[in-house]
Amino acid sequence: MIPAPFDYHPASSLGEALTLLERYGDDAKVLAGGQSLLPILKLRLGRAGHLVDISRIAGLDYIKEDGGFLKIGAATREAELERSDVVRKKYPILDDTTAVIADPLVRNRATVGGNLAHGDPGNDHPATMLALGAQVVASGPKGERTIPIDKFFTGLFATALAPNEILTEIRVPTPPARSGGAYIKLERKVGDYATAGAAAQVTLSASGEVERAGIGLTNLGPTPIEAVEAEKYLKGKKPDDAAISEAAKLAAKAATPTADRRGAVDYKREMARVLTARALKLAVQRATGRA
Amino acid sequence: MATHSIKVTVNGTEHTADVESRLLLVHLLRDKLQLTGTHIGCDTTHCGACTVILDGEPVKSCTVLAVQADGRQVMTVEGLEQNGALHPIQEGFTQEHGLQCGFCTPGMMMTSYALLARNPKPSELEIREAISGNLCRCTGYVNIVKSVQYAAAKGA
Repeated sequence: MIPAPFDYHPASSLGEALTLLERYGDDAKVLAGGQSLLPILKLRLGRAGHLVDISRIAGLDYIKEDGGFLKIGAATREAELERSDVVRKKYPILDDTTAVIADPLVRNRATVGGNLAHGDPGNDHPATMLALGAQVVASGPKGERTIPIDKFFTGLFATALAPNEILTEIRVPTPPARSGGAYIKLERKVGDYATAGAAAQVTLSASGEVERAGIGLTNLGPTPIEAVEAEKYLKGKKPDDAAISEAAKLAAKAATPTADRRGAVDYKREMARVLTARALKLAVQRATGRA
Repeated sequence: MATHSIKVTVNGTEHTADVESRLLLVHLLRDKLQLTGTHIGCDTTHCGACTVILDGEPVKSCTVLAVQADGRQVMTVEGLEQNGALHPIQEGFTQEHGLQCGFCTPGMMMTSYALLARNPKPSELEIREAISGNLCRCTGYVNIVKSVQYAAAKGA
Protein backbone atom coordinates (compact mmCIF):
# COMPACT_ATOMS: atom_id res chain seq x y z
CA MET A 1 0.00 0.00 0.00
CA ILE A 2 1.24 3.43 -0.92
CA PRO A 3 0.24 6.48 1.08
CA ALA A 4 -1.45 9.45 -0.60
CA PRO A 5 1.13 12.06 -1.64
CA PHE A 6 2.69 14.26 1.01
CA ASP A 7 5.85 16.24 1.31
CA TYR A 8 8.59 15.26 3.71
CA HIS A 9 10.61 17.75 5.72
CA PRO A 10 13.58 16.53 7.72
CA ALA A 11 14.02 19.07 10.50
CA SER A 12 17.56 19.54 11.71
CA SER A 13 16.60 21.50 14.83
CA LEU A 14 13.60 21.92 17.09
CA GLY A 15 13.30 25.53 15.92
CA GLU A 16 13.13 24.43 12.30
CA ALA A 17 10.51 21.80 13.13
CA LEU A 18 8.37 24.38 14.94
CA THR A 19 8.67 26.80 12.02
CA LEU A 20 7.50 24.07 9.64
CA LEU A 21 4.54 23.23 11.88
CA GLU A 22 3.64 26.91 12.08
CA ARG A 23 3.80 27.16 8.27
CA TYR A 24 1.71 24.09 7.46
CA GLY A 25 -0.66 24.12 10.44
CA ASP A 26 -3.28 21.39 10.47
CA ASP A 27 -1.93 19.93 7.23
CA ALA A 28 1.30 18.86 8.96
CA LYS A 29 2.01 15.82 11.09
CA VAL A 30 5.06 15.17 13.24
CA LEU A 31 6.97 12.06 12.18
CA ALA A 32 9.22 10.44 14.78
CA GLY A 33 9.35 6.62 14.64
CA GLY A 34 6.46 6.46 12.20
CA GLN A 35 5.20 3.13 13.50
CA SER A 36 1.66 4.44 13.99
CA LEU A 37 1.66 7.34 11.53
CA LEU A 38 2.92 5.47 8.46
CA PRO A 39 0.37 2.61 8.79
CA ILE A 40 -2.40 5.21 9.16
CA LEU A 41 -1.25 7.00 6.00
CA LYS A 42 -0.85 3.72 4.12
CA LEU A 43 -4.28 2.46 5.15
CA ARG A 44 -5.63 5.95 4.34
CA LEU A 45 -7.26 6.18 7.74
CA GLY A 46 -5.83 9.67 7.87
CA ARG A 47 -3.90 12.00 5.65
CA ALA A 48 -1.33 14.77 5.93
CA GLY A 49 0.07 17.12 3.33
CA HIS A 50 3.37 17.49 5.15
CA LEU A 51 5.41 15.27 7.44
CA VAL A 52 7.89 17.02 9.70
CA ASP A 53 10.53 14.45 10.63
CA ILE A 54 11.94 15.17 14.09
CA SER A 55 14.00 11.97 14.30
CA ARG A 56 17.14 13.66 12.96
CA ILE A 57 17.11 16.41 15.57
CA ALA A 58 20.05 15.93 17.92
CA GLY A 59 19.32 15.87 21.64
CA LEU A 60 15.73 14.62 21.63
CA ASP A 61 16.61 11.08 22.71
CA TYR A 62 17.88 10.58 26.24
CA ILE A 63 16.98 8.85 29.48
CA LYS A 64 18.31 10.56 32.59
CA GLU A 65 17.44 11.18 36.21
CA ASP A 66 17.49 14.86 36.96
CA GLY A 67 15.85 17.11 39.55
CA GLY A 68 13.56 14.46 41.03
CA PHE A 69 12.41 13.17 37.65
CA LEU A 70 13.26 10.49 35.16
CA LYS A 71 13.45 12.59 32.01
CA ILE A 72 12.83 10.80 28.74
CA GLY A 73 13.47 12.63 25.48
CA ALA A 74 10.38 12.29 23.33
CA ALA A 75 12.27 10.75 20.40
CA THR A 76 13.75 7.99 22.58
CA ARG A 77 13.11 4.64 20.92
CA GLU A 78 11.26 1.99 22.87
CA ALA A 79 14.25 -0.32 22.35
CA GLU A 80 16.45 2.18 24.20
CA LEU A 81 14.04 2.27 27.12
CA GLU A 82 14.10 -1.53 27.14
CA ARG A 83 17.89 -1.57 27.40
CA SER A 84 18.13 1.17 30.03
CA ASP A 85 19.65 0.06 33.35
CA VAL A 86 18.02 2.86 35.34
CA VAL A 87 14.60 1.95 33.95
CA ARG A 88 15.07 -1.75 34.71
CA LYS A 89 16.27 -1.11 38.26
CA LYS A 90 14.10 1.78 39.40
CA TYR A 91 11.07 1.94 37.11
CA PRO A 92 9.92 -1.67 36.68
CA ILE A 93 6.48 -0.50 35.54
CA LEU A 94 8.12 1.21 32.55
CA ASP A 95 10.14 -1.91 31.84
CA ASP A 96 6.92 -3.99 31.92
CA THR A 97 5.28 -1.54 29.54
CA THR A 98 7.91 -1.15 26.88
CA ALA A 99 8.40 -4.93 26.68
CA VAL A 100 4.79 -5.45 25.52
CA ILE A 101 4.56 -2.62 22.99
CA ALA A 102 4.11 -4.10 19.53
CA ASP A 103 7.13 -6.32 18.77
CA PRO A 104 10.93 -5.95 18.94
CA LEU A 105 11.23 -4.76 15.33
CA VAL A 106 8.63 -2.04 15.82
CA ARG A 107 10.29 -1.05 19.11
CA ASN A 108 13.51 -0.33 17.22
CA ARG A 109 11.70 2.56 15.50
CA ALA A 110 8.77 3.49 17.75
CA THR A 111 9.29 6.36 20.17
CA VAL A 112 8.03 6.95 23.70
CA GLY A 113 6.83 10.44 22.78
CA GLY A 114 4.93 9.14 19.79
CA ASN A 115 3.22 6.50 21.89
CA LEU A 116 1.76 9.33 24.00
CA ALA A 117 1.27 12.10 21.42
CA HIS A 118 -0.67 9.78 19.11
CA GLY A 119 -3.50 9.81 21.68
CA ASP A 120 -4.47 6.22 20.95
CA PRO A 121 -6.29 4.64 23.92
CA GLY A 122 -4.85 1.31 22.75
CA ASN A 123 -1.28 2.45 23.28
CA ASP A 124 0.46 1.22 26.41
CA HIS A 125 2.50 4.13 27.78
CA PRO A 126 -0.51 6.36 28.51
CA ALA A 127 -1.90 4.11 31.28
CA THR A 128 1.56 3.73 32.78
CA MET A 129 2.23 7.47 32.69
CA LEU A 130 -1.17 8.11 34.32
CA ALA A 131 -0.27 5.65 37.09
CA LEU A 132 3.11 7.33 37.53
CA GLY A 133 1.65 10.85 37.58
CA ALA A 134 4.00 11.93 34.80
CA GLN A 135 4.16 15.28 33.03
CA VAL A 136 4.90 16.00 29.40
CA VAL A 137 6.75 18.99 28.04
CA ALA A 138 5.26 20.63 24.97
CA SER A 139 7.51 22.95 22.96
CA GLY A 140 5.87 25.61 20.84
CA PRO A 141 6.69 28.92 19.19
CA LYS A 142 6.48 30.69 22.56
CA GLY A 143 8.65 28.21 24.43
CA GLU A 144 7.90 25.26 26.66
CA ARG A 145 4.93 24.38 28.80
CA THR A 146 4.39 21.44 31.08
CA ILE A 147 1.18 19.45 30.87
CA PRO A 148 0.19 17.02 33.65
CA ILE A 149 -0.56 13.67 32.03
CA ASP A 150 -4.08 13.58 33.48
CA LYS A 151 -4.86 16.69 31.41
CA PHE A 152 -3.16 15.43 28.26
CA PHE A 153 -5.59 12.95 26.71
CA THR A 154 -8.62 14.91 25.56
CA GLY A 155 -10.38 12.47 23.23
CA LEU A 156 -9.95 9.62 20.79
CA PHE A 157 -6.61 10.32 19.07
CA ALA A 158 -6.75 13.83 20.55
CA THR A 159 -4.38 15.44 23.03
CA ALA A 160 -3.80 18.81 24.66
CA LEU A 161 -0.99 19.51 22.17
CA ALA A 162 -1.70 22.43 19.84
CA PRO A 163 -1.01 21.86 16.11
CA ASN A 164 2.10 24.06 16.41
CA GLU A 165 3.50 22.21 19.43
CA ILE A 166 5.80 19.21 19.69
CA LEU A 167 6.00 16.88 22.66
CA THR A 168 9.70 17.02 23.57
CA GLU A 169 10.09 15.40 26.98
CA ILE A 170 8.34 13.10 29.42
CA ARG A 171 8.98 13.62 33.13
CA VAL A 172 8.31 10.76 35.48
CA PRO A 173 8.58 11.66 39.17
CA THR A 174 11.29 9.53 40.78
CA PRO A 175 9.37 7.24 43.13
CA PRO A 176 10.13 7.63 46.84
CA ALA A 177 11.21 4.68 49.01
CA ARG A 178 8.66 1.86 49.41
CA SER A 179 7.29 2.39 45.90
CA GLY A 180 6.51 -0.20 43.27
CA GLY A 181 4.64 -0.44 40.02
CA ALA A 182 3.54 -2.93 37.40
CA TYR A 183 1.86 -3.00 34.01
CA ILE A 184 -0.12 -6.01 32.91
CA LYS A 185 -1.52 -6.32 29.41
CA LEU A 186 -3.86 -8.94 28.02
CA GLU A 187 -3.18 -9.41 24.32
CA ARG A 188 -4.29 -12.00 21.80
CA LYS A 189 -0.82 -12.33 20.35
CA VAL A 190 2.52 -10.54 20.38
CA GLY A 191 2.19 -7.20 18.68
CA ASP A 192 -1.54 -6.79 19.21
CA TYR A 193 -3.14 -3.85 20.95
CA ALA A 194 -4.41 -4.66 24.42
CA THR A 195 -7.72 -6.41 24.85
CA ALA A 196 -7.35 -4.66 28.21
CA GLY A 197 -4.40 -3.40 30.21
CA ALA A 198 -3.82 -2.06 33.71
CA ALA A 199 -0.97 -0.02 35.19
CA ALA A 200 -0.55 0.41 38.93
CA GLN A 201 2.00 2.42 40.88
CA VAL A 202 1.91 2.54 44.70
CA THR A 203 3.91 4.20 47.43
CA LEU A 204 3.56 2.82 50.96
CA SER A 205 4.15 4.54 54.30
CA ALA A 206 6.64 3.15 56.83
CA SER A 207 3.75 1.42 58.57
CA GLY A 208 2.56 -0.14 55.31
CA GLU A 209 -0.47 1.94 54.34
CA VAL A 210 -0.92 3.29 50.83
CA GLU A 211 0.32 6.87 50.61
CA ARG A 212 -0.25 7.19 46.91
CA ALA A 213 -1.80 4.90 44.34
CA GLY A 214 -1.90 5.56 40.62
CA ILE A 215 -4.00 3.36 38.33
CA GLY A 216 -4.27 3.66 34.55
CA LEU A 217 -6.25 1.56 32.09
CA THR A 218 -5.44 0.74 28.45
CA ASN A 219 -7.98 0.32 25.63
CA LEU A 220 -10.95 0.39 27.94
CA GLY A 221 -12.56 3.60 26.67
CA PRO A 222 -12.16 6.36 24.07
CA THR A 223 -9.16 7.74 25.97
CA PRO A 224 -6.63 6.24 28.36
CA ILE A 225 -8.40 6.14 31.74
CA GLU A 226 -7.20 7.04 35.20
CA ALA A 227 -9.17 5.06 37.79
CA VAL A 228 -9.49 7.98 40.18
CA GLU A 229 -12.08 6.43 42.55
CA ALA A 230 -9.96 3.31 42.96
CA GLU A 231 -6.90 5.46 43.69
CA LYS A 232 -8.80 7.46 46.33
CA TYR A 233 -10.20 4.32 47.93
CA LEU A 234 -6.75 2.83 48.47
CA LYS A 235 -5.24 5.90 50.07
CA GLY A 236 -4.53 5.32 53.77
CA LYS A 237 -5.46 1.63 53.61
CA LYS A 238 -3.31 -1.45 54.03
CA PRO A 239 -3.07 -2.92 50.51
CA ASP A 240 -4.33 -6.37 51.52
CA ASP A 241 -6.34 -8.71 49.30
CA ALA A 242 -9.67 -7.22 50.38
CA ALA A 243 -8.61 -3.63 49.66
CA ILE A 244 -7.07 -4.58 46.32
CA SER A 245 -10.17 -6.49 45.36
CA GLU A 246 -12.40 -3.49 46.15
CA ALA A 247 -10.09 -1.08 44.32
CA ALA A 248 -10.13 -3.38 41.28
CA LYS A 249 -13.93 -3.30 41.26
CA LEU A 250 -13.86 0.50 41.33
CA ALA A 251 -11.35 0.55 38.47
CA ALA A 252 -13.63 -1.70 36.41
CA LYS A 253 -16.46 0.79 36.99
CA ALA A 254 -14.29 3.53 35.46
CA ALA A 255 -13.88 1.48 32.28
CA THR A 256 -16.12 2.30 29.32
CA PRO A 257 -15.07 -0.29 26.75
CA THR A 258 -16.74 -0.98 23.43
CA ALA A 259 -17.23 -4.41 21.90
CA ASP A 260 -14.94 -5.43 19.07
CA ARG A 261 -13.09 -8.49 17.82
CA ARG A 262 -11.08 -8.51 21.04
CA GLY A 263 -14.13 -9.06 23.19
CA ALA A 264 -17.53 -8.02 24.49
CA VAL A 265 -18.15 -5.10 26.80
CA ASP A 266 -18.78 -7.23 29.90
CA TYR A 267 -15.70 -9.36 29.24
CA LYS A 268 -13.47 -6.31 28.88
CA ARG A 269 -14.83 -4.72 32.05
CA GLU A 270 -14.21 -7.97 33.92
CA MET A 271 -10.66 -8.01 32.52
CA ALA A 272 -10.22 -4.44 33.78
CA ARG A 273 -11.02 -5.74 37.26
CA VAL A 274 -8.79 -8.82 37.04
CA LEU A 275 -5.82 -6.99 35.52
CA THR A 276 -6.06 -4.07 37.96
CA ALA A 277 -6.01 -6.52 40.88
CA ARG A 278 -2.98 -8.33 39.44
CA ALA A 279 -1.12 -5.10 38.69
CA LEU A 280 -1.82 -3.75 42.19
CA LYS A 281 -0.68 -6.98 43.82
CA LEU A 282 2.58 -7.01 41.89
CA ALA A 283 3.09 -3.29 42.52
CA VAL A 284 2.73 -3.84 46.28
CA GLN A 285 5.08 -6.84 46.16
CA ARG A 286 7.65 -4.71 44.40
CA ALA A 287 7.14 -1.84 46.85
CA THR A 288 7.84 -4.19 49.74
CA GLY A 289 10.79 -5.90 48.07
CA ARG A 290 8.95 -9.19 47.62
CA ALA A 291 9.12 -9.21 43.85
CA MET B 1 5.13 17.08 -4.64
CA ALA B 2 8.83 17.50 -4.37
CA THR B 3 11.17 14.61 -4.87
CA HIS B 4 14.21 14.06 -2.73
CA SER B 5 17.64 13.06 -3.88
CA ILE B 6 18.86 10.44 -1.43
CA LYS B 7 22.02 8.46 -0.91
CA VAL B 8 21.66 5.06 0.75
CA THR B 9 24.33 2.43 1.26
CA VAL B 10 22.85 -1.00 0.68
CA ASN B 11 24.96 -4.08 1.40
CA GLY B 12 28.06 -1.93 1.22
CA THR B 13 27.26 -0.27 -2.11
CA GLU B 14 26.26 3.37 -2.20
CA HIS B 15 23.17 4.14 -4.28
CA THR B 16 21.68 7.48 -5.17
CA ALA B 17 18.03 7.83 -6.12
CA ASP B 18 15.42 10.50 -6.64
CA VAL B 19 12.43 9.45 -4.62
CA GLU B 20 8.95 10.70 -3.88
CA SER B 21 8.38 11.47 -0.20
CA ARG B 22 5.88 8.67 0.10
CA LEU B 23 8.09 5.92 -1.36
CA LEU B 24 8.56 3.17 1.20
CA LEU B 25 11.99 1.72 1.87
CA VAL B 26 10.82 -1.74 0.79
CA HIS B 27 9.79 -0.35 -2.61
CA LEU B 28 13.11 1.43 -3.03
CA LEU B 29 14.86 -1.88 -2.41
CA ARG B 30 12.62 -4.07 -4.54
CA ASP B 31 11.51 -1.81 -7.38
CA LYS B 32 14.35 0.66 -7.84
CA LEU B 33 17.37 -1.38 -6.73
CA GLN B 34 15.94 -4.72 -7.90
CA LEU B 35 16.77 -6.36 -4.58
CA THR B 36 13.72 -8.60 -4.44
CA GLY B 37 14.96 -10.82 -1.63
CA THR B 38 13.15 -8.53 0.81
CA HIS B 39 9.52 -9.64 0.73
CA ILE B 40 6.29 -7.77 1.24
CA GLY B 41 3.90 -9.82 3.33
CA CYS B 42 1.15 -8.11 5.28
CA ASP B 43 2.23 -4.56 4.37
CA THR B 44 0.75 -3.46 7.73
CA THR B 45 3.72 -3.70 10.14
CA HIS B 46 2.71 -7.11 11.48
CA CYS B 47 4.49 -9.94 9.70
CA GLY B 48 8.15 -8.93 9.46
CA ALA B 49 8.71 -10.45 5.99
CA CYS B 50 10.14 -7.08 4.91
CA THR B 51 12.68 -6.90 7.75
CA VAL B 52 15.99 -5.27 6.82
CA ILE B 53 18.77 -3.90 8.95
CA LEU B 54 18.91 -0.12 9.15
CA ASP B 55 22.01 1.25 10.86
CA GLY B 56 22.43 -2.02 12.75
CA GLU B 57 18.83 -2.44 13.89
CA PRO B 58 16.27 -4.75 12.29
CA VAL B 59 13.21 -2.79 11.13
CA LYS B 60 10.12 -3.40 9.04
CA SER B 61 10.93 -1.75 5.73
CA CYS B 62 7.24 -1.41 4.80
CA THR B 63 6.99 1.07 7.67
CA VAL B 64 10.01 3.23 6.93
CA LEU B 65 10.10 5.88 4.21
CA ALA B 66 12.92 5.55 1.71
CA VAL B 67 13.81 9.17 2.39
CA GLN B 68 14.24 8.31 6.07
CA ALA B 69 17.09 6.00 5.05
CA ASP B 70 18.96 8.91 3.43
CA GLY B 71 22.59 8.81 4.52
CA ARG B 72 22.13 5.49 6.31
CA GLN B 73 23.31 1.92 5.99
CA VAL B 74 20.88 -0.79 4.93
CA MET B 75 21.56 -4.51 4.87
CA THR B 76 19.22 -6.91 3.10
CA VAL B 77 19.20 -10.68 2.75
CA GLU B 78 21.32 -10.28 -0.41
CA GLY B 79 24.10 -9.00 1.83
CA LEU B 80 24.44 -12.22 3.83
CA GLU B 81 26.29 -14.34 1.27
CA GLN B 82 29.92 -13.36 0.79
CA ASN B 83 31.98 -14.47 -2.23
CA GLY B 84 29.68 -17.37 -2.97
CA ALA B 85 29.78 -18.72 0.58
CA LEU B 86 26.56 -18.89 2.53
CA HIS B 87 26.45 -17.01 5.79
CA PRO B 88 26.16 -19.35 8.82
CA ILE B 89 22.59 -18.11 9.28
CA GLN B 90 21.70 -19.16 5.72
CA GLU B 91 23.49 -22.46 6.29
CA GLY B 92 21.52 -22.92 9.52
CA PHE B 93 18.18 -22.42 7.78
CA THR B 94 19.10 -25.01 5.12
CA GLN B 95 20.63 -27.55 7.51
CA GLU B 96 17.88 -27.35 10.12
CA HIS B 97 14.94 -27.05 7.70
CA GLY B 98 14.18 -23.56 8.97
CA LEU B 99 11.70 -22.97 6.16
CA GLN B 100 8.93 -24.61 4.23
CA CYS B 101 7.52 -22.04 1.81
CA GLY B 102 10.35 -19.60 2.46
CA PHE B 103 8.33 -16.43 2.38
CA CYS B 104 9.20 -15.30 5.90
CA THR B 105 12.80 -16.49 5.62
CA PRO B 106 14.57 -13.29 4.50
CA GLY B 107 12.97 -11.38 7.38
CA MET B 108 13.68 -14.18 9.84
CA MET B 109 17.32 -14.25 8.79
CA MET B 110 17.79 -10.49 9.06
CA THR B 111 16.26 -10.40 12.52
CA SER B 112 18.47 -13.35 13.52
CA TYR B 113 21.53 -11.62 12.08
CA ALA B 114 20.90 -8.55 14.24
CA LEU B 115 20.20 -10.72 17.29
CA LEU B 116 23.49 -12.62 16.95
CA ALA B 117 25.42 -9.40 16.36
CA ARG B 118 24.15 -8.13 19.71
CA ASN B 119 23.98 -11.42 21.56
CA PRO B 120 26.20 -14.16 20.02
CA LYS B 121 24.95 -16.90 22.38
CA PRO B 122 21.23 -16.30 22.85
CA SER B 123 19.06 -18.64 24.89
CA GLU B 124 16.08 -20.28 23.22
CA LEU B 125 13.81 -17.76 24.96
CA GLU B 126 15.91 -14.84 23.70
CA ILE B 127 15.68 -16.20 20.15
CA ARG B 128 11.93 -16.63 20.43
CA GLU B 129 11.53 -13.10 21.80
CA ALA B 130 13.75 -11.62 19.08
CA ILE B 131 11.72 -13.21 16.26
CA SER B 132 8.35 -12.46 17.86
CA GLY B 133 7.75 -9.75 15.26
CA ASN B 134 8.38 -12.18 12.39
CA LEU B 135 5.49 -14.46 11.51
CA CYS B 136 5.87 -17.90 9.95
CA ARG B 137 2.58 -19.38 8.75
CA CYS B 138 4.06 -22.81 8.00
CA THR B 139 4.44 -23.10 11.79
CA GLY B 140 8.12 -23.68 11.49
CA TYR B 141 9.21 -21.87 14.63
CA VAL B 142 10.82 -24.95 16.19
CA ASN B 143 13.11 -25.40 13.22
CA ILE B 144 13.67 -21.66 12.86
CA VAL B 145 14.93 -21.56 16.44
CA LYS B 146 17.20 -24.53 15.68
CA SER B 147 18.50 -22.71 12.60
CA VAL B 148 19.46 -19.69 14.66
CA GLN B 149 21.10 -21.95 17.25
CA TYR B 150 23.06 -23.63 14.43
CA ALA B 151 24.33 -20.23 13.31
CA ALA B 152 25.18 -19.21 16.88
CA ALA B 153 27.18 -22.43 17.34
CA LYS B 154 29.10 -21.64 14.15
CA GLY B 155 29.94 -18.21 15.52
CA ALA B 156 27.78 -16.18 13.14
